Amino acid sequence: MVKDQEFLEKKASYCLGLAKKLGATDSSVVVKNSVSETVNFRNSKLDESNRSDDLGISITTYIGKKKSSISSSNLLNDNLNILIEKCVETTKNTPEDEFNSLPDKDLLAKEARDLDLYDDSHIANDQKIDYLKKLEAAASNDKKIVNTESSFTQNKSNFVLANSEGFCDGYKTSSFTASSVTVAKDEKSMERDYEYSSKCFLKDLDDAEELGNLAANQTIRKLNPKKIGSEKIAIIFDKRIAKGILSTFASAISSSAISRGTSFLKDKINQKIFSDKINVFDKPDMLKGLGSRNFDTEGVKTDTLKLVDEGILKHYLIDTYNGKKLNLKSNGRCGGTSNLYFESGNTSFKDLLNSDSKSLYITETIGHGSNIVTGDYSVGATGFLVENGEFKYPINEITIAGNFKDMFQNITLANDLEFKYPTNSPTILIEGMVVAGK
Amino acid sequence: MSNFFEKSDLSRKEAESIISDTLRKCDDGELYLENSKSESILLDDNKIKNSNYNSDLGFGFRAISDEVVAYSHSNEISKNSLKQSSENLKSTLKSAKGTYNHEIPKSNKKYYDNINPIEQKSLNEKIKILNDVNDYLRSKGDKVKQVTANFLGEQKSVEIIRCGGETLSDVRPLIRFNVSVMLEKNGRKETGVYGVGGRQSYDSYLKDENWKNVCDEALRIASVNLESKPAPAGEMKVVLGPGWPAILIHEAVGHGLEGDFNRKKTSAFHNLMGQKVASEGVTIIDDGTIDNRRGSLTIDDEGTPTEKTVLIENGILKNFMQDRLNARLMKTRSTGSGRRENYRHIVLPRMRNTMMLSGKQTQEEMIKAVDKGIFAVSFGGGQVDITSGKFVFNCTEAYEIVDGKIGSPIKGATLIGDGPSILKEVSMVGNDMMMDPGIGTCGKAGQGVPVGVAQPSILIDKMTVGGTKL
Repeated sequence: MVKDQEFLEKKASYCLGLAKKLGATDSSVVVKNSVSETVNFRNSKLDESNRSDDLGISITTYIGKKKSSISSSNLLNDNLNILIEKCVETTKNTPEDEFNSLPDKDLLAKEARDLDLYDDSHIANDQKIDYLKKLEAAASNDKKIVNTESSFTQNKSNFVLANSEGFCDGYKTSSFTASSVTVAKDEKSMERDYEYSSKCFLKDLDDAEELGNLAANQTIRKLNPKKIGSEKIAIIFDKRIAKGILSTFASAISSSAISRGTSFLKDKINQKIFSDKINVFDKPDMLKGLGSRNFDTEGVKTDTLKLVDEGILKHYLIDTYNGKKLNLKSNGRCGGTSNLYFESGNTSFKDLLNSDSKSLYITETIGHGSNIVTGDYSVGATGFLVENGEFKYPINEITIAGNFKDMFQNITLANDLEFKYPTNSPTILIEGMVVAGK
Repeated sequence: MSNFFEKSDLSRKEAESIISDTLRKCDDGELYLENSKSESILLDDNKIKNSNYNSDLGFGFRAISDEVVAYSHSNEISKNSLKQSSENLKSTLKSAKGTYNHEIPKSNKKYYDNINPIEQKSLNEKIKILNDVNDYLRSKGDKVKQVTANFLGEQKSVEIIRCGGETLSDVRPLIRFNVSVMLEKNGRKETGVYGVGGRQSYDSYLKDENWKNVCDEALRIASVNLESKPAPAGEMKVVLGPGWPAILIHEAVGHGLEGDFNRKKTSAFHNLMGQKVASEGVTIIDDGTIDNRRGSLTIDDEGTPTEKTVLIENGILKNFMQDRLNARLMKTRSTGSGRRENYRHIVLPRMRNTMMLSGKQTQEEMIKAVDKGIFAVSFGGGQVDITSGKFVFNCTEAYEIVDGKIGSPIKGATLIGDGPSILKEVSMVGNDMMMDPGIGTCGKAGQGVPVGVAQPSILIDKMTVGGTKL
C-alpha cells in the first residue's frame, strides 16, 4: 500500500528541522510515494507483470539568497543526515541569486479542496487479466491484425510538500490506465496504431472491447499508404495531435522562457496571437481531472486562468523565481499547466472536413520539430488525404511545416472537445501549411 | 564497489537463498542492485541557477518463464521488501517449469576506470568554469543574448546476482558538459547547442581551456543559423557530414535491428536477415567496447560482457542486437545489448555505439555530385516508427547545395525517410568516419540510456526535406 500522510509528514518535518539546525535560513521538501502494478498482454497471452514501489524525497535549502537541492530514493535517516549536510554545505558554496526565495506567504494555498482525485478501489492482477483478455479479443478480431500488445496499470500515489514558512500539505491520487497497440499487415505494408484510456476512477475507464476495436480500426485504416507531392495545404489535426500544439503554446508562455527571452511569445501580453474566436483555459479544479491540483509544486494556490481571451494573450505561466525576475506575482504555475484546453469551437467535425475541397487529416507526428525560440515547426507525419469531406486514402513519409506565429492566427476549432488527457483540444484545422512529400 | 547489504537487515547469503528459491523453476532472471550518485550544475541567464545532487538506491527482481517476464522493484533493500517482491514474481509465474540457464560468458576486459567523476573536481572549480564560459561567450559581442551551460556527472554501481549466487558487477562513470547560446540580430533569434562527454573525468574533456572549443562550436552554429533562409520542401539529394549525423543510422536501421521487435515480427526488418538492405560498401556495427565512450559498457545490465556486433556487412543484414530473453526465444546468443535506464525498468535490447564504417570517397566528391540538394552537418534529435519503418531527424545546421557547391545556410527542418530502403539510396560513403562528441541519449519504451554514434560523410540520393519553401 502507498505510504500514509503521517509517514510522509514525519519525514518532511525531520528534514526541515535538520536543515534549519545545520544552518539553512529556509528550506522546502517534497516526499513522494508511488505504487503501481502493471500487467501486459501480447497476442492474447500474459507477457509481463510489473510491480513498482517508488519512494523519493527532494530537499531545497536556502542560505539567504543562496540555494541548492538534493534528491534521493533512500529515506533512511542515516542517509538523509549525510545528504542534508551535503546540501547545506553546497548551498554555502553556491553564488547568490537575488531572485531565489520561497513563495510569498500570502500566495500559499490555505486549504486543500477534495477534487475527487483518489479512488480507493483495487483491481487485482487477475481482474486486469480479465479486462485485457476482452480487449485483446476485440483488438485481434480482424485477420489483418498480426500483433497486439495491451497493458493495464493501476497507480496510487501520495505526497507531502512542506516548507519552512509553515506550509505542509499533500494528498493521494490514483490512476487506472489501459492501452492497446496493434500492428496490421497486408501484402504491401505493415502499420501500427494505438488507443488508450486513463482515468482517476476505475469505474470511469473505457470499455475493454471498445478500446480494442478502436485500436484495431485505427491501425487497419492506415494500411497501404501513399506518399503525396509537396504543396501548400490545409491541415486538420486529430485531437490526439492537436493537444501537442497547446503544449507548445504552454512552453512558449512559461515565465522561464519569457524571462530568459527565449520564446517567440515574449512581450505579447495583451496582443492578439490567435484568431478572434480562440479562448484557452487552464482550470486546476476540475473534479477527477487528470491535471487537477490544489496548489503548484511550490505550494502556491492555483486559480483558473483564461490564458487567451478572444485571441488575446492574457497571462504567462508564472512561478516564484521567474515571477520575481519579471516583477510579476506567481500564479501557481510552477511545474506547468493543470487542465489546459481550447474552448470548443462552433464548427462540427463534418463541416471542418468540408472546409476545403482538399486537406490532410493528421493522426500522428514524429520528431521533435517545435522550436519555441523562433516558432518554427517541422515534423514527420502520417494521416489521410481528405477530399470533399471524405477520407480518400492513408498517407505517410511526409513532413508538415510552418511557423506557430502564423499557425495560431489560422486556427479553426471543431466543437468536439472532450477531456481525455491533462491537455485537451477539439479537432483543429490550420490553413496555409506546407507539406513536403515527393 | 557498493556494499548493498551493509546497512540492511538482509544478508548477502539470505538474498542469494531468496533469489535461488524464486528462480529455480524459471528459465532466467536475476536480482539487479543499483546505487547511483549524480550531480547537475546549471548556469543560465548569468546565474548559477541549480546545483542538484541525487543519490538513488534500489533493486529490481526479475523472473522469466518462457516468454513471460515478471518484475518487481523497490527502493528498500530489506528482507521484507525482497520477500514481497519474490511473492509477486511467484504469483505471476505460478506454473513455471523451466530449467534455469546458468550460462553467462565471462571477460576480464574493462572499458573505463572505476572513478567517481563528481568527487574529482570541486564544486568551486565547476562553478568557475561555468562562469568563465558565460564571460567568454558574452565577450563575443552584443548579439549574444543568452548563455546556458551545465555539468552532469554520475557514478553508477551495479551488481547482478543470479540463481545459485553467481555475482557480476560494474562501476560506471559518466559525464556531460553542454553549452547553449542564443544570438539576436535585427530582431531575429537563433540558438546553437554543443556538448561533450563520456565515461571519464570532467578534466579529460575540459583541461587546457578545452571548454572554449565547445563554446566556439555552439556560437558558430548559432551564427550560421542567424543567416539561414527557409529550407526547401520535397525530395532531393542529401549529403550528411561525419559524426553526430549518424543518428540517421540509429533511427533508420538501429532500432529496427533490436531483437525484441524482430522476435515479435513488428520490425520492418524482421524478414530481411541475410538480405541486401543497404548499398554495397555500407557496413554498420554496434560496439560496446570502445574505451571511455558514452555508449560503452564493460558488462550489460544482465551481466553479459559487451562486444562489437556486426549488423550490416557490405550491404547484407547479418545480426540483430540481443538481450538474453530475446536471444533464447530466437535460438541465438545475447550480444551484450541488454540494457535498462535503472533498477525501475525491465531489460530491453538496446544500442550502444552504433557506427557506419569508412568507405573510400571524399566529402568534396559528394558535394560536387549534387545539382540540387542539402548538406546537413548537425542535428537535434530523431524518432522512428519501427513498424512502418519511417523515421525523422531534425537538422540544426544545414546548407543548400546548388550545382555542386555549398550555398546559403537553411533553417532547421525535419528530414523524413524509410528505414529499410534509405541505405539503398546511399551512393557514396566517405573516408572520414568520426565519432559523435558524446552527448546522445536514446529513448525506448520510456527508458533513456546513453548511446554513441559514428559515421563518415555519406551521400543519400533521395530523401524528403521538410522545409517551407516550395
